[in-house]
Formats: sequence, C-alpha cells, structure tokens
Amino acid sequence: MAAATDDYEHYEAIVVGCGPGGAAAAARLADHGVETLVLERGTEAGSKNVSGGLIYGEESAPYTLADLFDGVREAATERPVTDYYIHNVAGNSVKTYDLTDLHEHDTDWCDAVLRRELDSWLERRVHEKTSETGGGVLTNVRVNGLLESDGEIVGVTCDELEPITADLIVAADGVNSELAREAGLMDWEEPEEWFQGVKAVVDVDPDAIDDRFDLDPDEGAAHLFSGDLFDDVRGGGFLYTNEDSLSIGTVFHLDSLLEREAEPHELLDALLTHPLLAGWFENEYDEREYAAKLVPDSKKAAHREPYRDRLVLVGDAAGQMQAQGPIIKGMNHAVTAGALAADAFAVTRGNADPAAAGRRYTKLLEDSGTMAKLRPRRYDLARAVGEREGVTSAVERVLESPLGSLAVGNPIADRLLERAYNSPFLVSMLPDTKTGYVSLPTLIAEEHGKTIHWESEIEPPTLEERIGDLTYDTDVGNPHIELLDQSLDASGAAVTACPVSAEDFGGGCYRSEAVKTNGTEETLVSLDTQPCVECGTCAVVADTEWEHPRGGKGVEYREG
Amino acid sequence: MRSIVLTKGVPDFSEGAVSFDEEGHLERGKTPTVMNPNDEFALQAALQTKIRHGGHVSGMSMGPPGYAEVLQGAMETVYTDDSYLLSDRELAASDTWATAITLSAGLETYQEEVADIDIVFAGFKTADGETGQTGPQTCWAMDWPIVTHVVALDIDPDERTLRAKRLVEGDVDEIETVEAPLPCFVVTDPEFEPTYRTASQRLTRKRLRAETEERAADHDDHLTTWDHADLNLDPDYIGLDGSPTIVSSVDPIPKAPSEREATMIDPDAGDGMGEVLEEIQPYAAEADD
Ligand SMILES: Cc1cc2nc3c(=O)[nH]c(=O)nc-3n(C[C@H](O)[C@H](O)[C@H](O)COP(=O)(O)OP(=O)(O)OC[C@H]3O[C@@H](n4cnc5c(N)ncnc54)[C@H](O)[C@@H]3O)c2cc1C
Ligand code: SF4
Repeated sequence: MAAATDDYEHYEAIVVGCGPGGAAAAARLADHGVETLVLERGTEAGSKNVSGGLIYGEESAPYTLADLFDGVREAATERPVTDYYIHNVAGNSVKTYDLTDLHEHDTDWCDAVLRRELDSWLERRVHEKTSETGGGVLTNVRVNGLLESDGEIVGVTCDELEPITADLIVAADGVNSELAREAGLMDWEEPEEWFQGVKAVVDVDPDAIDDRFDLDPDEGAAHLFSGDLFDDVRGGGFLYTNEDSLSIGTVFHLDSLLEREAEPHELLDALLTHPLLAGWFENEYDEREYAAKLVPDSKKAAHREPYRDRLVLVGDAAGQMQAQGPIIKGMNHAVTAGALAADAFAVTRGNADPAAAGRRYTKLLEDSGTMAKLRPRRYDLARAVGEREGVTSAVERVLESPLGSLAVGNPIADRLLERAYNSPFLVSMLPDTKTGYVSLPTLIAEEHGKTIHWESEIEPPTLEERIGDLTYDTDVGNPHIELLDQSLDASGAAVTACPVSAEDFGGGCYRSEAVKTNGTEETLVSLDTQPCVECGTCAVVADTEWEHPRGGKGVEYREG
Repeated sequence: MRSIVLTKGVPDFSEGAVSFDEEGHLERGKTPTVMNPNDEFALQAALQTKIRHGGHVSGMSMGPPGYAEVLQGAMETVYTDDSYLLSDRELAASDTWATAITLSAGLETYQEEVADIDIVFAGFKTADGETGQTGPQTCWAMDWPIVTHVVALDIDPDERTLRAKRLVEGDVDEIETVEAPLPCFVVTDPEFEPTYRTASQRLTRKRLRAETEERAADHDDHLTTWDHADLNLDPDYIGLDGSPTIVSSVDPIPKAPSEREATMIDPDAGDGMGEVLEEIQPYAAEADD
C-alpha cells in the first residue's frame, strides 16, 4: 500500500448504504466479529428509499431478513400478505385472478413495508451490533468515490469525511450506485435494463382497511393491475395494505415509458382514479407522500461477477432486483446477497489476494441458487425467440384476431390462464413485450371481465402539490445533477420521464423552452434540481453528470 | 484533557417567551431561563476537544439553584460528564468582578478537590449583561493565559499547547493564528464551528450522545453544588457587597412618541374634499417656489 493511504483511518469492513442489503451485510459482518463501519447518506436510513413494497422471506433463500434481525416483523413491518390478486383491466371491464398460489410459491412469509420505518429500525439494530465490534453506523455521510492505490481499490472517499481504507468494501448503495459505476462494473446507459417505480402512500384508517378489503387486523392484501389503463406502456400497478395506509404505485419498463413519451404521474393517476379503486377509497383520498425510484431488471442487469479487488456489490447496486412476472423481489435478494458477501469475507479473511472475498461471494451467489433466480436461463432462452419483433407482432396479430378472442375467451382458457399466471415457471419466462403486460390482460378482461358501472370521483393532487408536500433540505448553490447537453435530442426525454417534471409544467426539474438565437428558434432543455426526488431516471435518459446530493441534503422521505 | 465550560443562565429573550411589565422592565419571574446562547459555542469547543482527545468535560455555572437546569441542558446538548453549580444567597447580585472572583474560586476548588484543569472554555458575552468581561476577568484572577475570539482550535496534548485561529475584527476581518501553553482560557467566538472529519470522531460523538441520554435524565446525581464556604470565600468580597459596580437604575428604552395628527374627513359629506384641498394648499405653494 502506498504511504499516503497509511495516514487514513482503517476499518476492516466498510459498508456503503444502510438499506436492506447494507443492513444485512453489516449485521452479518458483526456476527463474524468484523470491525464494520456503515456509511449512509440519508439523515436516517430509509429517508432516501422507496419500495412497493412487499418483502419476501423465501423458503429457498439462505438468509431472510427475519433470520438476521430478530423481531423485525413484529417491530418494523406492516401487514403480512394473506390475499393476492391480479386484475386484468380493459376500460371499465375487470377480470380478477387469484394469484395466491403464485405468491405462496417458495414463500415462507411476506410483509408489506414502509421504508422509513423499516430501514431506520434496521439502522438502530445494525448500529448496536457493529458498535460491539468497533464500528457503527454514520448517517449524513455520502461516499463520493473509491480510494485507489496503484490502481487497486483500497477504500472510499466521502464528501464529509477524510478518506477511509478497508479490507472489504461493500457497495450496498442501491440503484444508480456511484461506486459500481466508478469501478467499471455497472453503467447507466441502457433504458432497457431498468424499470421506473412511482408510488403514493395514501392515508386510510386501519378499521376501514379491514372493512374494505375484508381483512382481519393481522391480515393484508396485495392487488396487481395490468391491461389497457396505462396507455400501452409495458408494466403494471400495485396496491398493498399497510397498517394505516395503502401503498399504491406503478412499475414500468423505462424504455417503454420513453417510447410512449408517457408522464409517470399521469399513469399513476390513471390507476388511482380507476373505478375499481373507488370502492376502497369511498371518495376520500388523502395522499401522504409521492415517491419514485429506478429499479434494475436483474434479468438483464444483474452482474454475474459483482466484485473488483476488495469491492463487492450487493442488492440494487449489483442489479439484483428480480421481476418475476408481476412479483417484484429486490429487498429480499439484497438481504441474501449482503449476508453472503459477509460470509465470503469471513472465510477469506486474511487472504493476501484482495479479490478473494469477491470471488467467494460470486460462488455463494451461484451455489445458493440466487443467481439462477436473478438471471433465469429459461428467460434467456425464451427471450431469444419471444422478444424478436417478428414473433411479437405475429402473436399480437393472433390475439387481436377473432381467433385470439376465441382462444382466450373460452371458459376453459379462463381456467388455464389463471393457472398459467400462477405458474412461477411460466411467469419467469414471460418475455418483456407488450403481449404479456397489455394485450393479453386486456383481452382477458374484455372476454371474461365484469363491467364496473360507476366512476371514480377521486382527484389526486397535482404534481405541484405533490412536490410541495415533500420535505427537502436543498443544497443551495450546489446542484447534484449537471445537464451536459441541453438539446432536445440528448436530454428532452427527461421532461416527460422525470417523475417530478411534465410537459408544460414550470415547477418541475426538467423543462423545455423555446430559445431564440440569431433569429432562429430552438427548443432547449433546462434543469432545476430543487424538486428532484433522486430517482435516477435522468441519469439514464438524459445527458447529465449525475451524482447523489451531499449527506443529509435533498429529498427526505417520511414513508418510503 | 480535562476541560471546564463556564455557562450562565439568561432570560429567554426569544419571541413569545420573554415578558416585560408595563414600564418595559423585564419580568424575570415570568421569563424562563435558558443557557446564554453564546455559551453554546464554548460548549461545542469543549465537546470537540473531548471527542478528538478524550478526557472529561465539566459544566460550571454560578447562579441560583434554578441554573441546574441550564447545566442539565449543557449535558444534553454537548454531553458534559458532570456539573458544578456555585450557588449561595451570599453570591446574589454579583457584578462581573464578583462573579469572576467566585468563578475563579470554583475553578481553584475544582483543581483541589477534583482534578487539574487543562482548558477553561467560556462563551463570548452574555445575552443579558453584554459586558464580555466575565471570561477575561476570571482568567485574570486565575493568572492563566487567555485566547479570545476563537473560531477554530487544535490541541497538541503531548506538547501541552494549543493552537487557535482568532477572528480579529477591524476594517477588514482577519484570522490570526496563535499558540498558547496549557492550562489556558479559551473564549469562543460565535463563528466557532466544530469539525469532525474522521469516522472515529463521528462514532465517538454518537456514542457520547447515547451515553449522555441516561446521564442527563438523572442530572441531579451528577450535580455538585458549592456554597461560599465550600469555595472558601469571604462574604465581604462576593455578591452585592463585593461588587464595585452599582447599577443605579435601568432605563427602559422609551417608546417613540407619536408626532402625527389626523383629522377624519368623510369625502361624501358636504365640502369634505374642499377641506382637504385647503389643507394641502400651503404645501403646493411651497413646491412651486
Ligand atoms: C416503486 C417501487 C416498488 C418496489 N417494490 C418492491 C417490492 O414490492 N418488493 C421488493 O422486494 N422490492 C421492491 N422494489 C425494489 C426494492 O426497493 C429494491 O430492490 C431494494 O430497496 C434494494 O435494496 P438495497 O439495499 O440494494 O438498496 P436501497 O434500499 O436503495 O439502499 C441503498 C442505500 O444506500 C444509500 N446510499 C446510496 N448512495 C450512497 C452513497 N454514495 N453514500 C452513502 N450512502 C448511499 C441510500 O441512501 C440507501 O439507504 C421496489 C422499488 C420501487 C422503486
Ligand atoms: S431530476 Fe432526474 S433524478 Fe431527479 S427526480 Fe427528475 S429524473 Fe429523477
């Protein structure tokens, strides 16, 4: 090691980020007696994080959150999911399938969560545990880069602290991991590799939830939505019951959002105002929080060897976010990966080769079957055929033809379709085309659905109101995103795709403006980061220099 | 490092808390006591010293028994280890001189009975007295070096010296760096900002915060009260008797008298506007000249 780095503080392990992945890694490292420092940029863990979110305890997983954190389900999660449905929607026609079988496949337990509550609870436990082995959790600290010595990663640099060296660096810094990118392991280039998730937390009295969803207080429901209510954008909606609120949101393929030039908040509103949901609101709608974040698609983005030197990536940072048909599994895999990375370090501790832990971690991901879930071979095979344009349009034509309606529309097909939806095997094969997300559900609803004969009277808040309700600690004069190319071609997509911007809305982050120069008029894109919710979308879809804000700065989620 | 922070209670002058009688006199009884806002910086400097170099910080205050709450507040905000209150009827109505004598006696007693002191931290001016003299006078009574207007501080425990950056106000503000041997008095400037640039310093701060929560809740167990006898002070030299300054009276700032006269005119009634024109006529003439 170069002399210069000897002056820095050294910890045996540094974990960057205290979401589920970082918390699991740190807790497990402390179990192994490793001196572990956790650095979290939020003012409290969870203040930056968003999920749907259902966290799964999979039977086949080597570690679940409840294995690592005693009492977490009692103390920090919302309702367990006992009912699970998907609604196929065509206009006011809805055909509902019970997907409880699919949901229960390989599921030991599954709870709805709100991330501020969950992650801040985890942070306190992690701090207790890591304090015992000479470390602890520091919030309001943003890691801004990797410390290298002779071309080898040896530590991290931060906005708030002197550089720190470590034997193991766990990048659990979530989607848009600056560390993974700096290490050359991940890039932020291809919209195809991402989903964008947008969500509203809606205040509802606990008794009203029991009543309207037909639940006991210790039961919960999950409802998924697909079909024609999202303007042909590939993706779907969800509604999960919390103790005294509902989490309602949408998850769309980013490339499809761009292609359709869709406004994310409008798609969310399309779900919120669908008559199907009106019965659950009873005409009262009190939105507590609007939130958004990118979600990697493990099928395309999960890194097969997520390490370099002493650096290992876990969770979203490594693209370990599995969309298993309508079921979204990111948090559970982040937990598993975090714990496996810790185990890998424990057995290779003292090894002279800095990459020994990373190599072992990669092997544990394979051996535990985690990588096979993240990157199913079946999908790779099916994709080779299913996503070829010719095949998709041929299938689409058949579905649109009378023959298609006949095939999907007969009563036997209905039962078969419900069974097919419930098959994890078939679901994991679903290619990412319009067919699975839009055409088939629409057809199912048209052929088998019941028509709803009332309209919704819900009026969701405007974007301006939503931004106004969020809490920000703005880093005045120090914007965290710099727009490099103002042309419409390079950055125009962000005006619609940014969840807090919209065409013809002056109060958002991205705006397009007609500018006259030398007599010719040109439309240019401008950026104001003040209302930014740090979702990461424009890092992929616009030409920017994109970083997270300094520790404690930027948006602060209360629900998540 | 063993430090003492001197802190004082002052009336809470914040909007809504402070109470004045009809004459404009402060009603001490009705106005809550809070820590002198400028002491906060002294406390932060003491905390920074403890976090960087380890050791012990004691809060010390002279005043009525109610000032125990101020010391408790200091424990909560900057995690002092224990508190010393110099409190006695004989000490009442001390001016800065008598206060300085008493505080220096407190420091001497501390050195005799508790431990040797390396640094005494004091805030810059109090919010009620605004003399800025107590710190320097106490120091003079102790015959220690003093560094005032400190905005940044570095201590070398091995060399037993401190190096401070001071804000020297003038036509142009300047920052001057000075060195002083320990033990020493440090008077912090409101511009003082503690910095914690290493992970271990921040972890220590977090640990101290957690440890302090319990301690501050049982503040009485960590509070020592000394009266004039404990401090070996002759009543003739302290309190009102020992105070050369006599405050003969305190003048409330008078309300500005109202100099304007107003006549109400109803524009709809008879010749209302005519009267107005008549009134302004002379001014219009003046303007014409
Ligand atoms: C709308 C939506 C719905 C979703 N639904 C589900 C669901 O139902 N079930 C599910 O399992 N998953 C769901 N996900 C995905 C899930 O949220 C993620 O997969 C999961 O949070 C990943 O965990 P992680 O620990 O890897 O990263 P994160 O939870 O993102 O944690 C990363 C942490 O690192 C911190 N950090 C980032 N950069 C730095 C830095 N430079 N320095 C210091 N700290 C830093 C962040 O503040 C954060 O606390 C959903 C996501 C979205 C957006
Ligand atoms: S500015 Fe970029 S990162 Fe911020 S909310 Fe908009 S798209 Fe997301």
